Amino acid sequence: MHATTTAEDTLRAASAMRRRRVVAVVLGVVLLAALALASLLVGSGRLSTAEAWRLLFTDDGGPDGLIVREYRVPRTLLAIAVGIALGLSGAIIQAITRNPLADPGILGVNAGAYTAVVFAAAWLGSSLTGAHIAFSLAGALVAALVVYGIGTTGPAGGTPTKLVLTGTAFGAVLTGISFAVTLTQPEVFDRVRFWAAGSLQNRQFDTLWAVLPFIVVGAAIALVLPRALNALALGDDVAVALGSRPAVTKLAGVTAVTLLCGAATAAAGPIAFVGLMVPHALRSIVGPDQRWILPLCLIAAPVLMLAADILGRVAVSSELPAGVVTAFLGAPVLIALTRRRGARGL
Amino acid sequence: MKGQLHWPTAIRPVRLGGFSGRLEVRAAWWTAAAALAALALGLFSVTIGSSGLGFGDLLAALSGRADDVTARILLEWRLPRIVFALLGGAALAVAGAVFQSITRNPLGSPDIIGFSTGAYTGALLVSLAAAGSALGTALGALAGGLLTGAAVYLLAYRRGVSGMRIIVVGIGVSLFLGAFNTWLLTVLRVEQAISAASWGAGSLADISWAHTVPVVVSTLVGIPLVLLLAADMRMLEMGDDAGRGLGVGAEAVRLRMLIIAIAMLAIVTAAAGPIAFVALAAPQLAMRVTGTPGVRVLPAAAFGALLLTASDLVARTIIAPEQLPVGVVTLSVGGAYLVWLLASFGRKAR
Repeated sequence: MHATTTAEDTLRAASAMRRRRVVAVVLGVVLLAALALASLLVGSGRLSTAEAWRLLFTDDGGPDGLIVREYRVPRTLLAIAVGIALGLSGAIIQAITRNPLADPGILGVNAGAYTAVVFAAAWLGSSLTGAHIAFSLAGALVAALVVYGIGTTGPAGGTPTKLVLTGTAFGAVLTGISFAVTLTQPEVFDRVRFWAAGSLQNRQFDTLWAVLPFIVVGAAIALVLPRALNALALGDDVAVALGSRPAVTKLAGVTAVTLLCGAATAAAGPIAFVGLMVPHALRSIVGPDQRWILPLCLIAAPVLMLAADILGRVAVSSELPAGVVTAFLGAPVLIALTRRRGARGL
Repeated sequence: MKGQLHWPTAIRPVRLGGFSGRLEVRAAWWTAAAALAALALGLFSVTIGSSGLGFGDLLAALSGRADDVTARILLEWRLPRIVFALLGGAALAVAGAVFQSITRNPLGSPDIIGFSTGAYTGALLVSLAAAGSALGTALGALAGGLLTGAAVYLLAYRRGVSGMRIIVVGIGVSLFLGAFNTWLLTVLRVEQAISAASWGAGSLADISWAHTVPVVVSTLVGIPLVLLLAADMRMLEMGDDAGRGLGVGAEAVRLRMLIIAIAMLAIVTAAAGPIAFVALAAPQLAMRVTGTPGVRVLPAAAFGALLLTASDLVARTIIAPEQLPVGVVTLSVGGAYLVWLLASFGRKAR
């Protein structure tokens, strides 16, 4: 009798989980479509929604049409691409470090990319859309390796808090150094300060095309990883026993994170918390299985990014950068997570 | 406390005689040496600059025998800056020592847990609202630092405040405010933004007596108060309950120490901007050099004074005639120290 009940419970739980996953996918797609549309139609300017809708398809040669087609369309696509990049890299970092507080922004990866771009802008005079992607990628890679190396050394492999501390500290140092570099050059400072807040404003198709290949390759690597990441979640030894190779998984993971974060930061500046929030939200809805979490990042992370971008446009008269909005939304999430984990010795 | 960073940071009772007694004597000598070195470096620093004035000119100016220009350069421009570096460094270090004692963590510094960011936010908001007088900026930074401190404390409070929780909550709050600050910088006009940003990098370039006097007062009042409260903290070593039996409430003592530390920190920050990592590095540096088992207030103060005076000298001379913000120097020194500190956790762990 008892055994049957347990089996029934398991079956019921499984079917409930299946239902929730289906609902999550459907709801996610609907939300994504709605927000993408809103992103095209809603702006900080005086352009009406109906007018924007008309101008989306008809070119009347006026400046308003240019705003919709040459700015809002790439901006929307870029929000989706950047969201995907940040969400996926957050999920991967959390899986590899087995650290629920991990996020490319908190761990200093974005700061690495940012600093490298500032150096490029200050010393090579590169524009903020072209040649600096290589710098951004290199900066992301170096920061990821340094923070991961320092944050996880030790017999116990390091604690979540130690990794967060390393990331924050290293990020603070990098940001400070780049600050010093820009302070001596007012025109670089002026250019970089808007980008530093993490904004999608005034991005055109050239930015999108420049970063898209890296995001596509990074996402492709990320999407073959779920099985290996699931194995890794059981610990390196068990992963080996299951026929997975933890070292290869981690290498692939770091490669994906570098490509994704480097490209996202090059396009939109350093944006924190998207990579923290999205995997957490997904875990609480669809469970810890990476075969669901990673693909769902493709839907959920752009939803968050678009929402932040749109919110920033309508919230105040002079646009609030998306990176500021995500920080406003994400910091309370981090604090809530910390308080909840408080019971378990954090 | 398992799984945390293992580092001896608690304030321990001062034992007389035996091994730990010798440790404290060694600490006293090192503290005096550091304080003297800071003072000597400060005096040397007064004579450094483009106008070729020497130590004799300083003596002449102090006794009123120098000409007006020399007296003004030395007494109105350079001297306040040096006094500020000496006492401001001490104040930052003492504030850091308090934070590290309370969080029982060498990384529990105001930089890491967001107080400096909060002070910056306050100052930025004031400079955005008003034209930004020195007093207004100071009050804004003070309010910002205190509000942020209160917010972090309350958010981390859950049947007491654990060290790690206050740090991670502080990081969350500081990322929040950091994003806000970055946005405020985009709202300002570019000249305004640059001056706010260079204040934000921590600079002693425009320090006058008006900035220095509050620091002198807060340091002279704050350090004795912290020493007094540290004695109460030692009674709590036997545990919060035993302390309560002796009439000392653990949370009350911690709260008072925090408020004093934040006030000292905010007064320095208001004038010079957030100077990175002195609060983090000086108490730890003092602890290692003096060989005390935990952070101590007076050694921390001496090493803080030395650290900031030396950093300011470097900031003034390294790319002369241009000046770097001193915060950039402390950031580089402190950053290198921090990376070493974090890397050595791995080796030190049991």
